[in-house]
Amino acid sequence: MTDLTSLTLAEARKGLAAKTFTSLELIDAHLSAIEAARVLNAFVMETPDQARSMAREADAKIAKGDAGPLVGIPLGIKDLFATKGVRTTACSKILGNFVPTYESTVTSQLWRDGAVMLGKLNNDEFAMGSSNETSCFGPVGNPWRRDGSNTTLVPGGSSGGSASAVAALLCMGATATDTGGSIRQPAAFTATVGIKPTYGRCSRWGIVAFASSLDQAGPIARSVRDSAMLLRSMAGHDPKDTTSVDIPVPDYEAAIGKSVKGMKIGIPKEYRLDGMPAEIEKLWSEGAAWLKAAGAELVEVSLPHTKYALPAYYIVAPAEASSNLARYDGVRYGLREQGKNIIELYENTRAEGFGAEVKRRVMIGTYVLSAGYYDAYYLRAQKVRTLIKKDFEDCFANGVDAILTPATPSAAFGIGEKGGADPVEMYLNDIFTVTVNMAGLPGIAVPAGKDAQGLPLGLQLIGRPFDEETLFSLGEVIEQAAGRFTPARWW
Amino acid sequence: MSTATHKLLKGATGDWEMVIGMEIHAQVTSNSKLFSGASTAFGGEANSHASLVDAAMPGMLPVINEECVRQAVRTGLGLNAQINLRSVFDRKNYFYPDSPQGYQISQYKSPIVGEGEVVVELDGRKTATIGIERLHLEQDAGKLLHDQSPTMSYVDLNRCGVALMEIVSKPDIRDAEQAKAYVTKLRSILRYLGTCDGDMEKGSLRADVNVSVRKPGAPLGTRCEIKNMNSINFIGQAIEYEARRQIEILEDGGAIDQETRLYDPNKGETRSMRSKEEAHDYRYFPDPDLLPLEFSQAFVDELKAELPELPDQKKARFVADFGLSAYDASVLVAERESAVFYETVLNTLGNRARDGKMAANWVINELFGRLNKEGGNITGSPVGAEQLAAIIDLIGEGTISGKIAKDLFEIVWQEGGDPRALVESRGMKQVTDLSAIEKVVDDIIAANPDKAAQVKDKPQSLGWFVGQVMKASGGKANPQSVNELLKSKLGV
Repeated sequence: MTDLTSLTLAEARKGLAAKTFTSLELIDAHLSAIEAARVLNAFVMETPDQARSMAREADAKIAKGDAGPLVGIPLGIKDLFATKGVRTTACSKILGNFVPTYESTVTSQLWRDGAVMLGKLNNDEFAMGSSNETSCFGPVGNPWRRDGSNTTLVPGGSSGGSASAVAALLCMGATATDTGGSIRQPAAFTATVGIKPTYGRCSRWGIVAFASSLDQAGPIARSVRDSAMLLRSMAGHDPKDTTSVDIPVPDYEAAIGKSVKGMKIGIPKEYRLDGMPAEIEKLWSEGAAWLKAAGAELVEVSLPHTKYALPAYYIVAPAEASSNLARYDGVRYGLREQGKNIIELYENTRAEGFGAEVKRRVMIGTYVLSAGYYDAYYLRAQKVRTLIKKDFEDCFANGVDAILTPATPSAAFGIGEKGGADPVEMYLNDIFTVTVNMAGLPGIAVPAGKDAQGLPLGLQLIGRPFDEETLFSLGEVIEQAAGRFTPARWW
Repeated sequence: MSTATHKLLKGATGDWEMVIGMEIHAQVTSNSKLFSGASTAFGGEANSHASLVDAAMPGMLPVINEECVRQAVRTGLGLNAQINLRSVFDRKNYFYPDSPQGYQISQYKSPIVGEGEVVVELDGRKTATIGIERLHLEQDAGKLLHDQSPTMSYVDLNRCGVALMEIVSKPDIRDAEQAKAYVTKLRSILRYLGTCDGDMEKGSLRADVNVSVRKPGAPLGTRCEIKNMNSINFIGQAIEYEARRQIEILEDGGAIDQETRLYDPNKGETRSMRSKEEAHDYRYFPDPDLLPLEFSQAFVDELKAELPELPDQKKARFVADFGLSAYDASVLVAERESAVFYETVLNTLGNRARDGKMAANWVINELFGRLNKEGGNITGSPVGAEQLAAIIDLIGEGTISGKIAKDLFEIVWQEGGDPRALVESRGMKQVTDLSAIEKVVDDIIAANPDKAAQVKDKPQSLGWFVGQVMKASGGKANPQSVNELLKSKLGV
């Protein structure tokens, strides 16, 4: 039965429809895999009983012939998504044993379409991190290791649990969120496919907020097609989120295999960083060559404000976060550390409940919004953001259909290797991805090759607003050319 | 009507002028809260009107209540103010348990309503124009309950998230009387519009009052803000006290500390709440959960077309159509209920054009006079508008005299009933039958030959005869007929 876990979502859908196996069998296979992979620490909460009961319902629906598009498919849910009756913590001690009485819009749409929840996945605390090391549940192991090494590597972050679980065949797909690269960077580190859709594509209702103007949900999956299937269920307008956009969700899967002939692909010169590893450079050229071979036209483009994106991001995101996280005050839910008065209760609760990285960002955010600093930091960063957005708009106005860049400046690194002394070292992981969030555009990370040590590397495609379809079409071209990558099991 | 002169305060060093500006928080009349679907009903068990959004549960998002937007626009129109087709919601960040989000959603740099003005009546005879700086929408806070436990405070979120309009005046107010008149007028406009119930006891309308003093013509002085006033009389008292306090400090060579103060109505004084240094840095920034609030001019025009008649317009109409004095008209329109009462009387009258003015006198003098004496209000008046209209009809058509009408009013006040039927059943009808009156007149002339002889020399003594005839007829004789009859009989 273990080989059921190696199917793609699309293959599993076929098998279920043909009644080759039941959803319950599929779920049990994954539950066993999860149990055997606890060393990865990808799941922070396993929900086997709920999974089996959902699987039985799925099987009943399949038998009746009224099955939804994801019926019986086992998924993992990032712990940032509120799941009704199931502990939701954002991997922060401050939420303690918080159990929501409500279900996030995105997950409720997945259940509407028949998907089955296996459990909740690890992530960086409040999605703040690029290595999944800031989780209060501890770091997540990447199923990939360097050739001949026993060092456990990070899966990236913040959706590290999602990426690790999908890569280690613990679930067929996972929900994730992306504020500055939190879907695409872990996907690149684990040879999975991750898409951050256009801002406003997925409802943010019921997702623990990090930076509201940047946060966007999306899937991590094992193939471009699988990610398209998942996104179709996750996306859609939600009256409960006024920033979600009311335009129809297309059948993304239909974009797979569509010709990319004549498409204009921009190669942004500003993404060619000083000191960029040669193998990243090589991967990028290879990706460009594959797209060219498929009939696309390559053009060099300029995104002149790119170099300001990361510093501006690290003003805007913490500013919003400092306000979004104010509600975790020990008064109504989650952790409470008593004090002599209300101020002490706040101080004790937040000192005990938040980890170091969250505290750092709350302090940065508070600082940049303070009287006397607002104009110099927050307002300026917003101006930079407008310029970054305009860079992309100009590019698309010149007929560019999508932009190709590396997904990350390096492959996965070891736990504890980065950011210990200087947090900026960690922040640099997001150098290629934050611009996309700042501009609200869709971006997909697709596995494209390996580095010299055998670690996966990914390429990123950036699209026009609400044109995820083009990214799926182009992503599949890269996937076809590069092939699929599966880690050797060591756990 | 003339433009107001304002009161100056005398100090040891000469006259001082007060400069006053106000921030009024008016609770928007709406069924649900500004950003959540929870009910705005007053009272209710603690936290029974609190939604997941109000409690700031993780992942909850605000969604603007369009009715509150309409109410704010209506109010802006009622204040003759600029309506901003694009405005922005900001977060005002501070920690307090009555604010679960850790921030209040408000409007900081781009409010929904800009500059406008309100004309206020002073003593009903003079007016002053007070500028409106802006009006913005924001969330109300919850309530802390300190009496539920000896060691803990409890939080009730029923009021949390209810929509407030903060209406900021320009510093155009110059004395306590103007300040009180301003709040009174604003409250009246809001109640006419139906955008706020104006119930100050329930906290639906609260004012923060900024007071500073200066020598007339001098630059603005340092101001103090008196927070959370919920009585118009207290506002007047607090301003007087605060201005005198500041004058005393300045005349002693001191300086005013910019601070927030509270008024203690029991002691009749203001006291310091927090200084400028203790003031919060609210770290305002645009709320990223909400898009800018945008609507079309057509939306505004539609609301404008549906606006009810406001007190100033109503007053002008009463003066023009019924010949009311400006003072009487402003008394009638000051409270929406009074105006509604008067208009119901008007609409019920048999001859509005003839008796409209008389009706105003009756409403103001008889009805309001009686209500004030009894401590009642117009909504609970024992004499209804239809009844009063019937009494006035009876006077107007000459069925009863004004004097009898007062008796009739008293009967209706005490016992109720249909005035027309009462006049019949109790024989209160005015006697216009000349032959019946003539007999009484003849009797009285016959009984007083001396006085009758004197009348030719002293025509003013005719009044004595009129009085006697009226008395003898039990007040039912038509005074005009009596007068004419007496004149002809006595040859005056």
